Amino acid sequence: MIRLQNVVKRYPGGRDALSNLNMHLATGDMAFLTGPSGAGKSTILKLIGLIERPTRGQVVIGGEATSRISRRRIPAFRRRIGMVFQDHKLLADRSVFDNVALPLVIAGVGHRETARRVRAAVDQVGLSGKEKMLPAMLSTGEQQRVGIARAVVATPPLLIADEPTGNLDPELSFEIMRLFKRFNEVGVTVLIASHDLALIERLRGRRISLREGHVVAGYEPAAAGGRHAGPT
Amino acid sequence: MPAPRSASRPPAHRAGRVRGYFTRHAQNLVGALGRLYDQPLASLMTVAVIGIALALPASLYLLVVNGRALTGSLDSAADVSVYLRREISPATAEALAGRLRERADIAQVRIIDPEEALADFQRLSGFGAALDALGENPLPVTLVVRPAHRQPAAAAALAGELQDLPETELAQIDTEWITRLDALLDIVRRAVALATAILALGVVIIVGNTIRLDIQNRRAEIEIIKLIGASDGFIRRPFLYSGFWYGLAGGLFAALLVDAALWTLSGAVGNVAGLYDSTFALQGLSAGTVLALIGLGALLGWLGSWIAAARHMRRIEL
Ligand SMILES: Nc1ncnc2c1ncn2[C@@H]1O[C@H](COP(=O)(O)OP(=O)(O)OP(=O)(O)O)[C@@H](O)[C@H]1O
Ligand SMILES: [Mg+2]
Repeated sequence: MIRLQNVVKRYPGGRDALSNLNMHLATGDMAFLTGPSGAGKSTILKLIGLIERPTRGQVVIGGEATSRISRRRIPAFRRRIGMVFQDHKLLADRSVFDNVALPLVIAGVGHRETARRVRAAVDQVGLSGKEKMLPAMLSTGEQQRVGIARAVVATPPLLIADEPTGNLDPELSFEIMRLFKRFNEVGVTVLIASHDLALIERLRGRRISLREGHVVAGYEPAAAGGRHAGPT
Repeated sequence: MPAPRSASRPPAHRAGRVRGYFTRHAQNLVGALGRLYDQPLASLMTVAVIGIALALPASLYLLVVNGRALTGSLDSAADVSVYLRREISPATAEALAGRLRERADIAQVRIIDPEEALADFQRLSGFGAALDALGENPLPVTLVVRPAHRQPAAAAALAGELQDLPETELAQIDTEWITRLDALLDIVRRAVALATAILALGVVIIVGNTIRLDIQNRRAEIEIIKLIGASDGFIRRPFLYSGFWYGLAGGLFAALLVDAALWTLSGAVGNVAGLYDSTFALQGLSAGTVLALIGLGALLGWLGSWIAAARHMRRIEL
């Protein structure tokens, strides 16, 4: 599903955020991107979401090299990826309901169907009853969960999340991660950037560790089976 | 990408999709109106500027329409006045008129005897007292000959022929000022076309600029929905509708402005027309013209916002 080959990412006026990075995540897999701050976790997710383009190397998503995706086709491509952003990226002047409904509105889903799916998604992240509130009226953790509901509401085949539990307490973090796991269990490919190693341990998640733009280790918990995640 | 096992989307019903499309458009249309309403002062200013810009060509257009009506109501102005020699008696004049009426290039001949002519002249000129002082009626019998062809050239040729008649003292035709008025109206008509083109461009720029500011103010929002996979068309749509409403309201405002101006003028025009014993009255904008004005406004607004959206949306590169 996701393959990065010899990827170099150099931001204008900076050193290499990613230097000759290789990684692979098979369809239906779930993995955690870990590493210290500035290691390049967000950069990888941005390359996958076509928010950034690699300076060198290839990013292949769902069998398609992103370098071949033209500007015009980016929106359709993004609709197949659920993205959770480190800074939530919610519309400040729209209610929780409207924010979560956005992917469905963009996809042209009907009114009633939208309402049903939004309620289900909001319920899954434990925000039932807060649909009418504005993001500013919610705690940071709650805003984060609105972002998660929005990412999953259109049931995309690929889910990428940047520090989705960064602002949540341990119990809620665990619940949210279990939610991601449930999506993964029904076939969604999931890639989560997180530095909550204890939580990843507890989830027995597969780890792709980064340091200074390199993959340093692909950690495989025994329970995850023999599949390989990490440097290819 | 293969769809996940869970993604059991309901089958996309075609009719539902089409309905959804229209519902979305309707929502955007109303939503855009709501946003304009959110900032009433700024929106009103934009609408007013568009209205003023559109009112100018509309007024010029009305000037042409009314000028036409005026020259049309002055049918008699193309008539040839044949002043007969003083010694010609009314009976001889009657005979001459009879002969002239036979001619194919003459539509109508009217005889004005000296008394009638004097009375007319006194009434119209305001020189009544002075003429009274003359004691004797200085006016000859006059034939008013209406040419069959109303072109100034035909009237002029006819006047030449009538001048050559032995009974004629003077054959006079008063088409010159009509020709001038026509030429003037032609210039105004061209001015209308030019002013319309220039001010239409102005409206496009005004709306474009307003929408540009709107896009800049909503940049964060646009970035977010772009990240979620909204196409440029989806993002552009509400801005297009804003432009549409601006233009539509501007066109309506222009019609109101012109009507108000007309209303203030109509009294004065009525007085003047009364003085000249004319039934001429100012023509206002017809319903069709008002609709055209509003339609033009909406179209220009749409165009302006489309250009602004196309130009500035592209800058938000994500
Ligand atoms: N837009 C940018 N312009 C310039 N440099 C950038 C930009 N974004 C990231 N970088 C640099 O790239 C490197 C990797 O950044 P990235 O955001 O991917 O790190 P991260 O692993 O997500 O860190 P964190 O855990 O703090 O979120 C950093 O050194 C950062 O300074
Ligand atoms: Mg980051």
